[in-house]
Amino acid sequence: MPVIEARNINFSYDTKSVMGNVSFAIDEAQIVAVIGPNGSGKTTLLKIINGTLFPNSGKMFVDGKETVRWSRREIARKVAIVPQETSLIFPFYAEEIVLMGRFPHLGRYSFEDKNDYKIVHEAMEKTDTLTFADRRFGELSAGERQRVLIARALAQEPKILLLDESTVFLDLKHQAQFLALLRQLNTEQKLTVIFVTHDINLAAQNAERIILLDSGKIYAIGNPADVITAANIKEVYDVDILIDQNPKNRLPRMTLLT
Amino acid sequence: MTIYRRVTLSRVLQISALMLLIFVIICIVSLSLGSVRIGFVEVLGSLLNSFTGESHLSSQEELIIFSVRLPRIIFAAVVGASLSLGGVIFQAILRNPLADPYILGISGGSALGAIIGIVIGAGSFYLGIPLLAFVGALATVFLVFVVAGSVRGPLSDNSLLLSGVVVNAFFSAAILFFLSVVNSMELHSITFWLMGDLSGTSVNEICVAAVCLLAGFVLLYAQARKLNLIVQGEDTAQQLGIRVEKTKQILLIITSLIISVAVSLAGIIGFVGIMVPHFMRLVFGSDHRLLLPVSALFGASFLIVADTIARIILAPAELPVGVITALCGAPYFIFLLKRNQR
Repeated sequence: MPVIEARNINFSYDTKSVMGNVSFAIDEAQIVAVIGPNGSGKTTLLKIINGTLFPNSGKMFVDGKETVRWSRREIARKVAIVPQETSLIFPFYAEEIVLMGRFPHLGRYSFEDKNDYKIVHEAMEKTDTLTFADRRFGELSAGERQRVLIARALAQEPKILLLDESTVFLDLKHQAQFLALLRQLNTEQKLTVIFVTHDINLAAQNAERIILLDSGKIYAIGNPADVITAANIKEVYDVDILIDQNPKNRLPRMTLLT
Repeated sequence: MTIYRRVTLSRVLQISALMLLIFVIICIVSLSLGSVRIGFVEVLGSLLNSFTGESHLSSQEELIIFSVRLPRIIFAAVVGASLSLGGVIFQAILRNPLADPYILGISGGSALGAIIGIVIGAGSFYLGIPLLAFVGALATVFLVFVVAGSVRGPLSDNSLLLSGVVVNAFFSAAILFFLSVVNSMELHSITFWLMGDLSGTSVNEICVAAVCLLAGFVLLYAQARKLNLIVQGEDTAQQLGIRVEKTKQILLIITSLIISVAVSLAGIIGFVGIMVPHFMRLVFGSDHRLLLPVSALFGASFLIVADTIARIILAPAELPVGVITALCGAPYFIFLLKRNQR
């Protein structure tokens, strides 16, 4: 049974349609990339998967149950999302931000216990954020903030991790570290990962499957070699590219021709 | 700069106990101060003795402590705590550090209600003016909700804020209209009401306000962790497991009730509701599980101090307490901002 299944999803903000007849299924422990031009519906798709937006028609199933039937709390224990950026108006410390990932697991009046702090500690260790756990979130660099947000998502202990451009601010070392972490969680804990990105090479090198969106519709879906072709990219992005193969793993590699 | 310390249950209890102790000390000091001075020791003795029935004070002094000063101090505490809680909650839900308890038009609405009450002579009826002020406050909140809701579906931060500002501006104009047509006697009571005043409130009214505050606090505290998420923004709060819309509505309704009760009895006391939350955040951090109790206790203590100053500075005459809070609040706030900028 697929862990995520979209059936004929249509979605519009007010009257502007942003998603039309989208259907796909994602199995457990898959790593899937979502690519497409600005405004093609990538972020909207993530929000529909984690149930913060509901389709106007069609059905979105997560873990065998329609998202409209999950309570927010229940779905937050299964699906975590790392947003592009968070703006804070009041000072919170980095560790406090990560602790918020424990929210869906806690009771109304309860405080985090030893186990919660252990999970938070591990999440921060994996994302290399422990060194600034006691610093204010707003004082951190963009890349450091992004790693804190990744740690928060990990502290949620999700089965499905959604990433919205979550590597854009990371330096090369932390990008490599993060991708290795994703693979590790993917094999060890059967974590399903769906990541939205503008970096087509990042998608081609790291995803088993790629969804290419074009104005709210799925233009192509499949393995990297099938989706990342010069013809598809030309059609959707209107740019000329050169495709060759990464000599090490034979996956498609793209160069922008300008 | 404060250093990071984890918010645990024991820390919340310890700090709250400490703040409670400071609060009690301030109460005792305030009981002894006034146009008739009574020593701290005597006040303490008489408080303890009130349980056993013995007393070393004259009956007149007893009367001053228990019938005049104590109710007023309790009232100041209730109003101070209500306004501070209101400030914390409104700043959080509207995600705006400049929000105060009056931002959604509660002040304008209740002032208009009270002024109409003063003009039509409702003061001669029991609870006449506070009741009209309360109705005015609630009607305004309702109006703001409707206006904000009609602008753009859900209660988004900005539409609420903007409709609050608009409604407040409208009521200010209405208030100015009344001020320009009333006679000088009425003008005096209106001015006192507008500046915020803790004198002349009956024990019954104080009890109502206290019960509202305590019940409200329990309900609000149940939402404390959700508030932590809501200040991170709507998307984040939703994805971490909150139905943001519903939570905001609950919080707005409870808070509006607490504030409306306080305002309708005490008038518009400025600066407490915006200053106390910021000061407490600076000292104790932004976690609402700690922020809510310390803000309530500190707000209570602060307003008692301000009201005591208002009572004694021109004794036997009295100043409206709102003058004191604004006079010391504004410079203090600038100091905090400067310090915070590093």
